[in-house]
Formats: sequence, C-alpha cells, structure tokens
Amino acid sequence: MRLKYLSAVLLAAGLSTAALANPYETTLANGLRIIVKEDRRAPTAVQMVWYRIGSTDEVDGASGVAHVLEHMMFKGTPNVGPGEFNKRVAAAGGRDNAFTSRDYTAYFQQVPKEKLDDVMQLEADRMRHLTVDAKEFAQEIKVVMEERRMRTDDNPQAKLFEQMNAVAFQAHPYRRPIIGWMNDLETMTAADAKAWYHTWYVPNNAYVVITGDVDHKAVFALAEKYYGPLEGRALPARKQQIEPAQEGTRRVNVKAPAELPVLIMGYKAPILRDIDQDSDPYALQMLAAILDGHDAARFNKKLVREDKVALSAGIDYDNTARGPGMLYLHGTPSEGKTVADLEAALRAEIARVQQEGVSAAELKRAKAQLLASETYKLDSMFGQAMEIGQIEAVGLPYQKLDRMLEKLQKVSAAEVQAVAKKYFNDDALTIGVLEPQPLDGKPRRAAAPGRH
Amino acid sequence: MKRLLTVAFALFFAHGAVAGVKIEHWVSPSGARVYFVESRVLPMLDIQVDFAAGSMFDPQGKSGLAALTRATLDNGAGKLDETAIAEQLADIGANLGGGADTDRASVALRTLSAKDKREPALTILNTVLHQPLFDAAIFEREKARTIAGLKEAMTRPDSIAGKAFWAAMYPEHPYGRQATPESVAALNRDDLAAFHARYYNAANASITLVGDLSRQDAEKIAESIAAGLPKGTPATLPAAPELAAGSSIALAHPASQAHVYIGLPAIERGNPDFFPLLVGNYTLGGGGFVSRLMKEVRDQRGYAYSVYSYFAPMRQTGPFQIGLQTKRSQAKDAIKVTRDVLAGFLKDGPSDEELAAAKANLTGSFPLRLDSNKKILDNVANIGFFGLPLDYLDQYQARVQAVTAEEIKAAFARRVVPEKLITVTVAAD
Repeated sequence: MRLKYLSAVLLAAGLSTAALANPYETTLANGLRIIVKEDRRAPTAVQMVWYRIGSTDEVDGASGVAHVLEHMMFKGTPNVGPGEFNKRVAAAGGRDNAFTSRDYTAYFQQVPKEKLDDVMQLEADRMRHLTVDAKEFAQEIKVVMEERRMRTDDNPQAKLFEQMNAVAFQAHPYRRPIIGWMNDLETMTAADAKAWYHTWYVPNNAYVVITGDVDHKAVFALAEKYYGPLEGRALPARKQQIEPAQEGTRRVNVKAPAELPVLIMGYKAPILRDIDQDSDPYALQMLAAILDGHDAARFNKKLVREDKVALSAGIDYDNTARGPGMLYLHGTPSEGKTVADLEAALRAEIARVQQEGVSAAELKRAKAQLLASETYKLDSMFGQAMEIGQIEAVGLPYQKLDRMLEKLQKVSAAEVQAVAKKYFNDDALTIGVLEPQPLDGKPRRAAAPGRH
Repeated sequence: MKRLLTVAFALFFAHGAVAGVKIEHWVSPSGARVYFVESRVLPMLDIQVDFAAGSMFDPQGKSGLAALTRATLDNGAGKLDETAIAEQLADIGANLGGGADTDRASVALRTLSAKDKREPALTILNTVLHQPLFDAAIFEREKARTIAGLKEAMTRPDSIAGKAFWAAMYPEHPYGRQATPESVAALNRDDLAAFHARYYNAANASITLVGDLSRQDAEKIAESIAAGLPKGTPATLPAAPELAAGSSIALAHPASQAHVYIGLPAIERGNPDFFPLLVGNYTLGGGGFVSRLMKEVRDQRGYAYSVYSYFAPMRQTGPFQIGLQTKRSQAKDAIKVTRDVLAGFLKDGPSDEELAAAKANLTGSFPLRLDSNKKILDNVANIGFFGLPLDYLDQYQARVQAVTAEEIKAAFARRVVPEKLITVTVAAD
C-alpha cells in the first residue's frame, strides 16, 4: 500500500529496502487470497477475514441476516463449542470482534504475534464448519433486537438516517438498514441464517489480511495448512442492481424525542470505479475536505462561527462502495434559527463554490492534511489492515492505494468547482429532517422545519 | 452526526475489549514534570500536556467551567485568531486535540517530526497554552453551543441515567456536580481567564512526549512549554468522597430500552487494591464475551446487547460500575440476574479456572497495550499525570500474575459493599 510514502518512512528509519515488496500476496488453490503486510514495530499481529457479502446481498423480508449470521459465527462448530471461540482468543491474550457493512462482513483478532497460528486455525474452522444451532439462534436473535433498539430505535439521528436511505433508494438494496427491519428480525429463523452461511461462506468469497510482526512466508505456510484444505464452491450469480435515476427532490420527516432538530441533505454522488480513469470522485473528496476538513474549513468557519446559523455543520462522502453513492450535508440549526435557515445557508455555501471556486491555499491545505494523515495511519497496525480490507471489499486493488493518493494530490481547483456544479442537483436530492418531540408531553422548543 | 453516519455503515459486534517502554523522566527547569519515550520508526511526534484542571475543580455554582475553559483554549491565542490557528495547523498537517474530564484538562498535539512541520506546530501549541484570549464574543457563542448540547443530552436516556448515577454516588463531592444549562449560562469570560490563570501552570502540569525526537530536543521543547506558563502551585484536592447510602432511582422516559447503571465509589489511582480488582473484574464483567455477566445476561437469556462492569480509578475515589440496556418490559428481570451474578461473585470469587483465564488474557494481551505511539502516549501520560511508578508498565504483568483468589475476594469485599450500591434505571417498566 502507498509504497511511495511508506518507502520514504522506512528509508528514513534506516530499515532495509527489502520491505518495499510489502505487502505480499498469495492465492490458495481453493481461491482464498492471503495478503500479508509486514510491520515489525511491535510484537503483535492482526488477522482480518473479509467475506464479500453484506446487507446489500439480502432480499426483502430477510433484512439483517448478514449481520445476524455474523453474531452466529461465535456460536460454535463441531470442533469449537458455543462461546469457545472467544474463550480461546481471550486465552491467547487476544481481542476479537467483527462487523457487518452494506458491502462486506469482516472478522478480526489482534494478538501477540506468537498466537497468530491459533487464531488462523480458529478462523479457518468457522469458515466452513459453522453449526447454526436453533437454540443458540433463539437467544442471539433477541440480542440483535436489543442491538437494534439501542442503535436505531432509541437514537433519533440514526432513525433519521435509516429513513433517509429508505427514501433515497427505491430499487437498490442500500435502501434497507444493515441491522434489518425489526419485523424481519422477529420472523427470521435459524434456517435463514444457515442458508446464508452455506451460500456465501466459502474461501473463494473471502480474503485474509494479516498485518504485524510476521514473516509473510511463514504466514503463507500457516494459511496453506489451515485454510488450504477447505473446499471452494461456485457462488450464485449476483445480478447488478441499478437504482433508477431520481427525478425530483424527496423529503422525509422523522419525529422522535429530542431537543435539537437535525437536517440531512443527501445527493446522489459518483463512486470510484476506475482508479486511473475516474476523476470526479477525487474532486468531490477534496471538496469535502475544503468544506469540512478542519475547524476553520468553510462550513464551520462560516455557518457555525461567523453567521451562527448552525450549532454544527458537516459533510460526509465516501467515494468507495460496491453500490451507488451519496454525499450528505448535515447540521443542526442554532437556537432561534430554523431548519430552513440552515438549509439555505448550506445551499449558499455550495453556490459560493459553484460561482467562485476554491482558493489555491484551501486546496493546498487539504492536500497537506491528506499527506500527513498517510504517516499517522502507519501508527495503527489495525488501521493498516482495515485499509487494505476495505478497498478490496469494493472491488478495487489495494496495490493502487498509492495511485489513489497521487490522483487526489493532482486534483485542481477547476475540477473542484466543476463537481460542485455537477452534483448538487435538486432532482437528485433527498432531504431528511428530525422533528424533536417532547419527552413528557410538555411543549419543547419550536422545531418547525420551516417551509417543509 | 459525523460519527452517526460512519457508524451506521458498520455495525460493530462490540465486545464491550513483554517489556514495558523506556520512559525518561525529569522535571523541567520551570517546574513541569516531563515524560519522554523516544520512538524513531515513524517520522511523527505526539505531545500531550495534562493539567489537574478537570471538572472536579469547578467552583460551587460554576459547573461546566473547566470544560468550557479547555474547549475555548484554541479559539484565539496571542496574535492568532481561531481561524489562523486552525488553518496554520492544517497547512502543516498537524492535529491539536485533547479535552477535559473530571480530573484533568489535556492539550494534545500530533505533528510530523520534520523540523519545518514540528517547529511551527510547537509555536501554535505554546501560543494556545500560554496566551489564550477567551474573546468575549467567541465565548458567548461557545456557551450557547454548550447549553444546546446539554439540553440535547438531557433528552437521551443514557445521558440522563449517567448524570443521575454520578449525582447519587457523589452527593457531597465535585464528581457528583455536573454542568447544567443554568450553571453554564451563569459563567462569564472572566471566569475562564481566572480558571486558566489558576490551573494552567507549570507546577500543575505533566508533559508527555512520544516519537521521533532526541532527548536533547525533548528537553528543549518541554521547557519551552513550561517556561511560558506561570510557575504556580499544584491544584488543591477537595476532601475525598465519602460513601453515600445505597439507593435506587427510577426515572421515566419514552425509550424502548431501559438503561441501567449499578455501582458505587470504589477506588482511586495508585491504590494497591487495583490489581486484585482488575483481575477479579475480568471474570465478573470486564472480560468481553467471556465474563459471567455476558454469559448470564446476554448469552443465556438474550437480555442485552451490551453488559459490562469495570473499576474506573480516578485521582480521588472513582466508581465501580455495571451497565446494561434492555427492553423496558424486562428490566426488572435483567437487574435481578445482574445482582445475582454480582452476589455470587462477591461470595465465592473466581474459580481456579476463571482466575487462570483472567491472568492469561491480561498478561498475554500486554503487548497490545503498547503497539502504537498513540497507545504508548496514553499509558505514559497516565503514569505521569497520576504519579504512578515509572516501572508501572514493566511490573504490570508480574502484578497481575501475583494476584490470588483470596486477595480478589478481600478487595471486592472492601470496595463493593452491596448495601451501598446505587441503582439508576431510566425507561424501565
């Protein structure tokens, strides 16, 4: 990854240039890819197993099954009893966890380097031999429902975001929440989870990323030993699902107990598909940095500090995904200001970029931050594994991470202005508003979302 | 919001969670305690300056002062306005962070170590530490934002539960006093300047440096930080908290889940009971998926996604705390199971097998506590701020290994007195 900067770092530290071949990769006969990034700073290692399967692969009525299966992955195999996985990782002095996204499901362990062998054996075992026991499922599905209550049902902002996506996307599966609709969780069975596992959990639908104080050849040998015997299997065809073009602004209001209103403006936005040929996703990323990359970036400086129209204002844009992209402007109006005031102010900031462009100093600043963050990233073993895993999950090669940085460094002010003109289009806009409700029936601060 | 959007895309399954490092320690000529770890692998430098200037030093009626003082420190200093500070930091890719908790106020700088980056970054750090302006108009703006945030927090079941829990545990101690919209509204700009003048001084500071730096440069940098501060005197601690009577507090809320906190003031930093409590609590509720609470409340009954216990030693007696969230209709059942687990543990302590598993994890995972500059910084800054022994990390594994089941039982009996427990529920049926 980003060999350009890494090499500078390693040379500065007087280390061998042999590390320039880093990361190393091999593919087992069953189709499982093993990516190893050696980093000898500390005697620890990280293993991450990434499955190319996420909530986007679910169907209506079974939302949340990818995430439920992730929970069930800790519930045992014929060799490793329920709860035993965690116990063995803990005994090895390790920490483990897992997460499910729209595009992928990933499992990881952080361990002292001598224990990498143990956790590779454990992950290999559950890649093909999971028991999805009905009794264990019956308990675990309740846990997932509690998780949904905690993360979404009792969290007004998360609820708003869930509704936003349900409205912004109509055909594409990104309209469904990762954790699943409550009713789908209530009707889900162990058989659903089991079918999911048997369909998608095969070595040819996964890759393993290992970083840390390890020798890649030794890791490859361990991978052959533990993962090698697992059989691959052809995967069902996945049909590409394309969201029809949006033809007009959509609006969604959510009422929930809260004090402060929230506004989210979500625009359909491009996703990076071709690292070398694409340009707009890079320019939008730099625009986001100029608007919201530091405390005196445009949104905070103008909307929060100077005009005091917002308590907070920001932008979120992730230009990598398997599916379609969105760019979100969001914020909370100040006391005495309305959601309509905030919307007008956010629009004015976008219009300013459209009409006047951005300054050379702003662009240079954003690039300097980006460059420094490349060094800071190397401080985390886990972060380095995450970066490789995430880029691979959306179908882009980690070998081109450094090329992505070069492309970002080459973005011009004219390109930033051009994407500001191109993508902030009302016909591709979804507006979400949180309307705060009193907890106790007494009227709270007027939160009328203005003209909406 | 930013966190919301990121988190919404990745649901964490959430488990709840060698030799030490070579710490060089000295007192700068101007009187600040300095802790330095040289780490040359990455071309970067972290500096954290900690002051005993947390909310425990908020005067009566001025709750929120410490937090607001720290929050507005970099909103203009010396000849730099808040925009210049943020832009100049961004120009060199440096980050200025930190914050205030109950005990301390921290200012943390991360910068590339190349001289043309490091020196301007240090100039900004020093300006912010030495000459904050506390501009009146900016202060009013930040005050209004703080008040709005406090009002929002008072609608959230977890915040409501947390505030009630601390107020009940510490009725007579500053740890129990918390900022309210009213207390913040009553603050003025001069309160901040006075708080800064009293607490942001060399005698009240510990400075931690980790990264690509020589000892000689570390000495120079630390002294440049300390020399610009008033010499001052260390903060005077309030009287230690006394154990309040046990109580149960139930608060109404329309949420779908009840939030439950159970606990009491238990232990301060540096107390020798810490290691038995740490090792014992691993079995009770600290060991992620393998703890008894996790097994009984989550795995066996599906009552909660997250259930945990921990000891949080602070400058003065910090809490022992159990927490969980569960469907409001089953809160009573979940609390009963939780109390039974705690009672069983207090009575019998860990089994031999549990004790061995706790030690294996706590000693085995030790390298993971120190495998980045950021983690080293956190650990060493703690050692410096709380005055822990310099060999604390070197001794850590041996101290864990030496703990016996009897010591655990005795330490829990001293620190977790069942009739003194405070239970707070919000939104329980």
